[in-house]
Amino acid sequence: MSMLSALTDPIFAGFLAASMRLAIPIMLAALGGLFAERSGVLNIGLEGMMLIGAFVGFVVTFATGQLAIGIIAAVLSGIAAGLLLGLYTITLSANQVVVGIALNLLSVGVTSFFYRLFFGAAADRPRIEPFAPLDFGWLGDVPLIGPLLFRQDMLAYLGLSLIVLTWFVMKKTRFGLNIRAVGEHPEAAETLGVDVVHTRYIAIALSGGLAALGGAFLSLSATGVFLDNMTAGRGYIALAILILGRRHAIGILFAALLFGSADALQLRAQLLPINIPLQFLLMLPYVLTIVVLAGFAGRQGTPAALGLPFLRSGSQKG
Amino acid sequence: MSRTEDAQLKRPHVSPALVSSVAAVFAAFMVGALLIAAVGVNPLTAYGALFDAALGSRNGLSETLVRTVPLALCGLGIALAFRAGVFNVGAEGQLYLGGTAAAAVGVVGSAFPPVLLLPAMMLAAALAGALWSGLAAWLKLRFRADELITTIMLNYVAIDFVSFLLHGPLKDPNSPLAQTARLTTEARLPALLSGTRLHAGVLIVVVVVILAHLFLWKRVGGFRLRVVGFNPHAALNAGIDVRYTLVLGFLISGALAGLAGFAEVSGVQRRMIENLSPGFGYTAIIVALLGQTNPIGVLASAFLFAALQIGATTMESAAGVPSTLTTVIQGLVVLFLIGKSAVPLVLGWLSRRLRPKAVT
Amino acid sequence: MPTEKKGFPTASGIAPEAVGEAETKAAPLLDMRGIRVAFGSFVANDAVDLTVRAGDIHALLGENGAGKSTLMRVLAGLLVPSNGEVWISGRRETIAGAAEAMRLGIGMVHQHFMLVPPLTVAENVCLGLPSAGRLIPNLKQCANKIRALAKAYDLDVDPNARVADLSIASQQRVEILKVLYRGARILILDEPTAVLTPQETSGLFRILRLLAAEGAAIIFISHKLNEVMALTSHVTVLRHGRVVASAATADTDARGLARMMVGTDIALPKLEDTVPMGAVAEDGKGPVLSVESIVCRDASGVRRVSGASLNVRSGEIVGVAGVDGNGQQELAEAIVGLRKIEGGSISINGHEVTHASVADRIDLGLAHIPEDRHRTALVEPMTISENAVLERIGDAPFSRSGWIDKAAIASLADTIIKDFDVRTTGREQKIGTLSGGNQQKVVLGRALSRDPSLIVAVQPVRGLDVGATAFVHRQLLARRAAGAGVLLISTELDEILALSDRIVVMFKGEAIGELKREEVTVGQLGLMMAGQVA
Repeated sequence: MSMLSALTDPIFAGFLAASMRLAIPIMLAALGGLFAERSGVLNIGLEGMMLIGAFVGFVVTFATGQLAIGIIAAVLSGIAAGLLLGLYTITLSANQVVVGIALNLLSVGVTSFFYRLFFGAAADRPRIEPFAPLDFGWLGDVPLIGPLLFRQDMLAYLGLSLIVLTWFVMKKTRFGLNIRAVGEHPEAAETLGVDVVHTRYIAIALSGGLAALGGAFLSLSATGVFLDNMTAGRGYIALAILILGRRHAIGILFAALLFGSADALQLRAQLLPINIPLQFLLMLPYVLTIVVLAGFAGRQGTPAALGLPFLRSGSQKG
Repeated sequence: MSRTEDAQLKRPHVSPALVSSVAAVFAAFMVGALLIAAVGVNPLTAYGALFDAALGSRNGLSETLVRTVPLALCGLGIALAFRAGVFNVGAEGQLYLGGTAAAAVGVVGSAFPPVLLLPAMMLAAALAGALWSGLAAWLKLRFRADELITTIMLNYVAIDFVSFLLHGPLKDPNSPLAQTARLTTEARLPALLSGTRLHAGVLIVVVVVILAHLFLWKRVGGFRLRVVGFNPHAALNAGIDVRYTLVLGFLISGALAGLAGFAEVSGVQRRMIENLSPGFGYTAIIVALLGQTNPIGVLASAFLFAALQIGATTMESAAGVPSTLTTVIQGLVVLFLIGKSAVPLVLGWLSRRLRPKAVT
Repeated sequence: MPTEKKGFPTASGIAPEAVGEAETKAAPLLDMRGIRVAFGSFVANDAVDLTVRAGDIHALLGENGAGKSTLMRVLAGLLVPSNGEVWISGRRETIAGAAEAMRLGIGMVHQHFMLVPPLTVAENVCLGLPSAGRLIPNLKQCANKIRALAKAYDLDVDPNARVADLSIASQQRVEILKVLYRGARILILDEPTAVLTPQETSGLFRILRLLAAEGAAIIFISHKLNEVMALTSHVTVLRHGRVVASAATADTDARGLARMMVGTDIALPKLEDTVPMGAVAEDGKGPVLSVESIVCRDASGVRRVSGASLNVRSGEIVGVAGVDGNGQQELAEAIVGLRKIEGGSISINGHEVTHASVADRIDLGLAHIPEDRHRTALVEPMTISENAVLERIGDAPFSRSGWIDKAAIASLADTIIKDFDVRTTGREQKIGTLSGGNQQKVVLGRALSRDPSLIVAVQPVRGLDVGATAFVHRQLLARRAAGAGVLLISTELDEILALSDRIVVMFKGEAIGELKREEVTVGQLGLMMAGQVA
C-alpha cells in the first residue's frame, strides 16, 4: 500500500476516529487530574469519579430523556465527589492514596447498589440513545486530521475545547498562577494572601467534574448503557497519562491519543497480519501504561508539594 | 520513673486503634441502615437475615470461614507491606497467578509423590504471587515507576493472561469451558467438616497469623520492617538496608496473595476457573486497614467482611435489599476509618461555639 | 568579632537627635502594646511592647523560643493575639490576615524564603496581587515596576529570571522586592544573614540603611550580637516571651545584651579556655577519617562536592565551616554512606569504605549525629527504647539468631537515659513527644554509647537551648579527650571556633584552606567562606 492510499484508507481512517473517540474519556479524567496535582493534591480517585459520572449521567438521561441534563448532572456529581475527596485530603490531611482507593471502592459499590435498585437485575439492560457523531461532510475525509477531528460527537468536541481552555487557564490566568504556586510552595502562596485551602478545593472540585465528564462519555457517548465497573481501570491509566503528558494540557492530549490508539488497535485485531490471541490485545493499554511509567517516571515536573498535606500556619486564636 | 511506667501498665489498656476500627464499622452499619430504610425495608430484618445466614448455621459459619481464608491471607500480605511503607494493591492479580500456578502443578500431580503434592502447589502459588509483585518492585526500584499504578495495571494484565492460559495451554481438554482439569483428591485441601466446604486453608491462615505476629514483634527483620515503614531516612542512617526491606515487603505480600489463590483453587473450586475471585484482592485492602495492619485485627476484619459477603445474597432474597449493599458498607468503613481525625475537629468546633466567651 | 567598626554616628544614617525632635509630634510608625499570645498553657508572648519609628532599624533579640517569631507573626497577620493592640501610624488596627498586613504596609522577609522556585521573579512578586490584573496578570507591567524598584534600592535582579536559577543572596533580594512592591513601610527581616557570607551581609546592610534613610521602619530579628551592634539603632530583648530590655543600641554592648538574653552573666566562649592547646598527640597512628578528592551529586544531578579532601585524627575535632549550601550536607552524607560518590575515596581507621554500606561503616566505628534529627535520626512513633537500639538491633546482646531480647534493649535505654540526663516519663515513651533537647540527647547517647572512634556531627545543637547546647559540646569534648575523632560541621562560627582544633572551610563543594585554631581570624574565615583563599 502506498503512503497516500494508506492515509486515505477507510479502515485506517476508522482507526483514527476510534483512537480519538477512545482517548476522550481518559483525556478528560487526566485533565481533572492535572488541576488536582498541579495544586498539590494527588487524586487517585479519578477512577471512582469517572464511574460516578458514567452512572449519574446514564440514570439522569434515562429519567429525563435529555442528554444535556444528564451531562450536567454527571458533572455536578463529580464535583460533589471531588469535594468529598477534598474534605478528606485537604481538611483532614488524610493519606491521599488511601482516600483515593477507598473512594474508588466505594464508587463501585454505590453505583452497583443504586443501579440494581433502580433497574433490577434484568438481563435486558436499559439503554439510552447516545450522542451521535456530527457530520461535517467532506471535512471528515481529509487525510489524518479528518477522522481525528471531524468525525466525533458533541461531547468529544466539548472535551477538546476543554483542553484549550485548560491550557489557557493554567498559563495565562491568575487562577492558574495560584494553582501552580500552591502546588509548588503553599507556604509562600499563603504569605502572599493566596488562600491555599480555597484554591485546592476548587482545583479538586474541577478535577471531579472533569473526571465525571470523562466517565459520562463512556455511557452517554460510546455505548448507551451502564455496566458495573465499566471504567475498567481508565482512571488509573489517566494518572499515567498525566505523567507522560508532563501535567500539561497539550501533552495530555497527545498522551491520551496514544492510549486511545492502543485501545482502538485492540478492537481491530482481526485486521492485523499476525494472529495475536485476544487477551494479549486486551492487555495492551495496561502494558503500555506500565511501559510509560517505567520510561517516563522521574521527578522532573512533579509539583513540589504534591501529596503533602498543607498545615495552615496561623489564623489561630492565641 | 519506673513507678509511672508500672502505673501505665496496670491501667486497663484500650487501644485507640481498636476504638477507631469499631467505631468505623458501627458508623458504616448505621449509614447502611439508612440505605436499607430508604429501600423500604426494616434494617433489623435485613441485618438479621444477613448475619443469620452467615453465622447462624453450621453451613453458614463454614461458608463464612471459607470466605475468610482468601481475605485474611491477602489482607495479611497487604498489612505487612503497608508496615514497610509499600502499597500493594496488586493482590488480585497475584491471587489469580498463584491459583493458576497451583492448578498447573496440581494437574500434573502424578509426577509428585502424593504427600509432596500440596506443598508443591503451595510453593508454586507463593512463588507466582511473589514473582508478580516482585515485578512491580523491580519497576519501582529500577525505573522509579509508581507501584500504585503498576500493581493495578498488572492486575488487569494478570487476569487477561490467566484467561489466555485457561482458553489455551491449560485448558481442560474434556470441557468446553475456560478452566483447568479437575484436581485429583491428593491435590485438594482436605475438608474439615463433613457436609460443608470448610477446608484446611483455615489452618493455614491461623499459622500465618501467628508467624506474622512473631515476625513483626519478635524478630529483627520485623523491627527493621517497621522502622522502614515509619521513617526510611532514619532507617538508612541506622544502617538498615531499605531497598531490601521494601522488596521483602513486596515479595511477602505477593506470596501470601498467591497462597490465597492456591486456597481457593485447591480448597474451594477444585480447579482454576476464570472468575476465581470476586475482588478479594481489593476487599483485602480494606481488611488490612480496618485491622490496623495488625495480624489479629486483620483476621477479625477478614471474618467480618466474609460474613457480610456470605450473608449478602440471603439478605437480597429474604429481605429484598440488593446484595451490593455490602460493597457500599465496605467502602463506608474505610471512609469512616480515615475520617476519624474529623472527630476531634468537629468536637473542637462544637465546643468553641457552645462555650461562653472566656476571659484569658 | 564584629566585621564592621563600632562607633558610626548611627547605623541608620539619621542622627538620633534629629529623629527625636521631628517625631515627638508624629506617632511612631509601629506601636505594639501589651501583646499576649498563648498556645494552650504555653505563653509565647506575655505583655510585649514594641515601638519602632520611621528610619529606625530595630533589633529583636532573643534565644530560640524566646518569642521573636511569634511576635512577628502577629504583626504579619499570621496569628491573632489573645490580648494587646497594634497601632500603625497612630491608628489602632486589627491585622486579620496576611493580606490585611500587606495593606497596612507591613512586609515580612522570611528566614526560609517564601518563593516558588519554578516561577519567575515577576510571577513571584505579583502572586496574589489583584492589582496586577484580576483575571489575567499583566506580567510586563509588573516587570517594569520591579526594575524601577530594583534601581532605587540597589537590588539587582532580572524580573524574568526563574527563581530556581538565582543565587541565595539574589533570592533574598527578590523577597525584599516582594514586600517593597506592595508598598511596605514596616519591614521585618527574620535572621536574614543566616545564609549569607560576611561580604554578602555587608551588601544587605547597605540596602537596609538605604531603606531606613527613606523612612522605612525595619525590624531585624537576630541572635547574632555583633551584627546587632553594627547595624541597628535600637534593640529589644525577649526572654521566655517577655521583654527584658529595650534600649538604643548605642547605650548597650554585646556582653550586656548576652546577659539579658540568657539571664545569667555567661561568658561568651573564649578560645583559650575550651580546648587546651597542643593537646592533639602525634602518635603515629593513621587518621581516623581520611577523605580524598571526593565528588558527589545531589538528588537532581547537580554536583555538590567537587574534589573535597580532609582528614581527622584521633583525639581531635576538625570543624567544617561554611555558608549553608556549599556541599557540607552532601559531604557528611558521603562520609556516612548515605550518598554515593562518583570519584575519590574514603577510609575509616585505615579501612577503605568508599563503597561500603552504612552498616559496615557503623561497624568500623562511625557515629553520625545528623542535622535534621526528625527526618534522619529519629523514628518518632517509636519508643525511646526502640530508637536507642535502632542501629544495633542486629548485634548481641540485643538479639540472638534474629530473636529480639527486650531486656537487653531496656537496659541500654535506661543507661542512655541516665547517663545523658534525658527528661522523660520512661523508656516506653514515644520519642516524638520529647522536647527537642531531650531528643537530641537520645540521639547523642545512642551514638556515643557505642564508644565510636569517628563522630560526624552536623549542626548538633540546632534548635537547642543554651543548657542543652553546653551539654552536647561537653560530650563532644569528652569524646575527643577519650581519643575519638570528631568531624564537626556547622554554620555557627562561634561553635566552630570554640570547639575545633583545626578548621576547614567548604566553598562550592571544595574544602578550601585549612587553619589551625590558633592561627585563625574571623575575617580570614569570612573571606574563605566567600571563596577567597588568602
